Amino acid sequence: MTTATNVAPQLEQELDAVTANGRRKRQSDREDDTRRTNWWATALIAVCSLTVLVPLYLAVVVALKTPEQLTAGTGFELPNPIRWENFADAWVKTSFPQALANTAFITVGAVFFTLLTSSVVAYALARNIHRPFFKGVFFYLLAALFIPFPIIMLPLVKQTATLGLDNQVGMIILYTIYGLSLNIFIYTAYIRSIPIELEEAARMDGASTWRVFRSVIFPLLMPMNATVGILTCVWAWNDFIMPLVVLTEPSARTLPLAQYVFQGQFNTDYTVAFASYLMAMAPLLIVYIFSQRWVISGVTRGSIK
Amino acid sequence: MTITQAVRSSATDGAAPKRAGRIRTENRRASAAFYWMVWPAVIAFAGFHTLPVLVGIFFSFTNYAGYGAWNFVGLSNYFNLFQDDRVLQAYGFSFLFAIVATILTNAFSLAIALGLNAKIKARNFWRGVYFVPYILAILVIGYVFQFFFSNSLPKILAGIPLFADNILANEQWACTAIVALAVWQACAFAIIIYLSGLQTIPAEMYEAASLDGASAWRQFTSITFPLIGAFFTINVVLSLKGFLQVFDPIVALTNGGPGTSTESVTLLIFRGGFSGGEFAYQTANAVVFFIVITIVSLFQFRVLQRREADF
Repeated sequence: MTTATNVAPQLEQELDAVTANGRRKRQSDREDDTRRTNWWATALIAVCSLTVLVPLYLAVVVALKTPEQLTAGTGFELPNPIRWENFADAWVKTSFPQALANTAFITVGAVFFTLLTSSVVAYALARNIHRPFFKGVFFYLLAALFIPFPIIMLPLVKQTATLGLDNQVGMIILYTIYGLSLNIFIYTAYIRSIPIELEEAARMDGASTWRVFRSVIFPLLMPMNATVGILTCVWAWNDFIMPLVVLTEPSARTLPLAQYVFQGQFNTDYTVAFASYLMAMAPLLIVYIFSQRWVISGVTRGSIK
Repeated sequence: MTITQAVRSSATDGAAPKRAGRIRTENRRASAAFYWMVWPAVIAFAGFHTLPVLVGIFFSFTNYAGYGAWNFVGLSNYFNLFQDDRVLQAYGFSFLFAIVATILTNAFSLAIALGLNAKIKARNFWRGVYFVPYILAILVIGYVFQFFFSNSLPKILAGIPLFADNILANEQWACTAIVALAVWQACAFAIIIYLSGLQTIPAEMYEAASLDGASAWRQFTSITFPLIGAFFTINVVLSLKGFLQVFDPIVALTNGGPGTSTESVTLLIFRGGFSGGEFAYQTANAVVFFIVITIVSLFQFRVLQRREADF
């Protein structure tokens, strides 16, 4: 199998050439952008970005206030004195550790199984798309993209309850399966751009189809794995409607669900509620801040293909 | 499927189809491993996606309430849908909302994408900032917006009657707050797609155009917009389809109220189906909704792709 690994860097170059052919070279990302800095655009972008930053600022300052401070002002004033206990209260009231653990478990499971299964299915479909069976499966899965969730919602609840899947494991299964349509759509186009000669070389060495996938195709799919992984992660972490209808046990609650219940119960307790919102947003936000460029380029690839 | 075609036909030179045709194996059957790769997924998908769809369609012809006994009632659920004011109002709201939100999302995100594609200071930082809304749960950030609309805004704009008494409690204007929240979040992803479209346009084209004395607006209408046609199609189709199914922003802001003035089709199906004892009836509604969404999406593709082909 050494042949396959040796070939990989060379293939990557070849792939780059293929993609560069298709889409013209990314002009604006080049280092030698000789245009003069556009100060008007910079100012405009900076001003517009307030629409993103102001709500975040609001969330932070409200979460650090006392209820009295909040009723006195508009909410935008800086907190004085800062009340950290809001976070402690929110931690208890939403049973935050449990909600976080549930969400993390579901998200990690969903991403793991999605990457494992969607890529295999997409590989089989992309390489056999000229055969009626595989073509049929391809369109069968894609057609599901048009089916809105409400149509499945009611029967699905009955089904998951009957099967005992109205829990975190069931959510992982559902995210993995429901993600198939879009993921296959993202993967197949990319797999078709991988030259088949590479696989043939591996087959000459006696590799089976599974082996070819594991040692040649899967490593080459890394950019698409990143895209699919990010999309699945954001979806599973933030999803509200599916956990709302599927999960029955309060102990299985995810972070968005915990906020929802919170909203109803402590309607006037804004400062604690906001501390809880911040804690629900924080994990993904922190991960994003550290992996920002990577996330954006990953999503961009997924959307172009 | 149509999305790939749309992008491929205009963004790439159709390299992929050629490649697919080059597969040499002439055997009629693929190797067994390929079937093993596909079958489990097909079975799982059929069991957890297609089966619920079929069960739903089946129950839409009954009077099942979600519990207890049921009988076949033929098409009467479907006939009743068209005479139900609440259902018609939900469709009216969803469509109005989706159209307005789609237009605003695409206008704003295209404008911001153009800005982010220009040579500006700290470009990567700004790109990072504008993508933040995408990674935040719309429900959670929605509560922050709710506070802003119901508590902060009335105090800040106390002089304007409309805002002074909580816009969310106003039957006519509550929907504007929902539009604001939904557009706020949807822009993040749309910007990224437009940005990747703008980067496919060679800078030489703009150089040539400015040598010929084309104004910035002329460059936009004659070069930029035509060349990102495929990306425009994707964004418009995806946003309309997504906005028609609006759910989270409504739950976070108004929960359908005041009254039923901001009740979307998805919210109605959820409410009526789970707590209203209208399981069969709302499933019929969902079936109709599916047909409507499919027709709208396909129609849009037709129209928008024809427009693309003109260039």
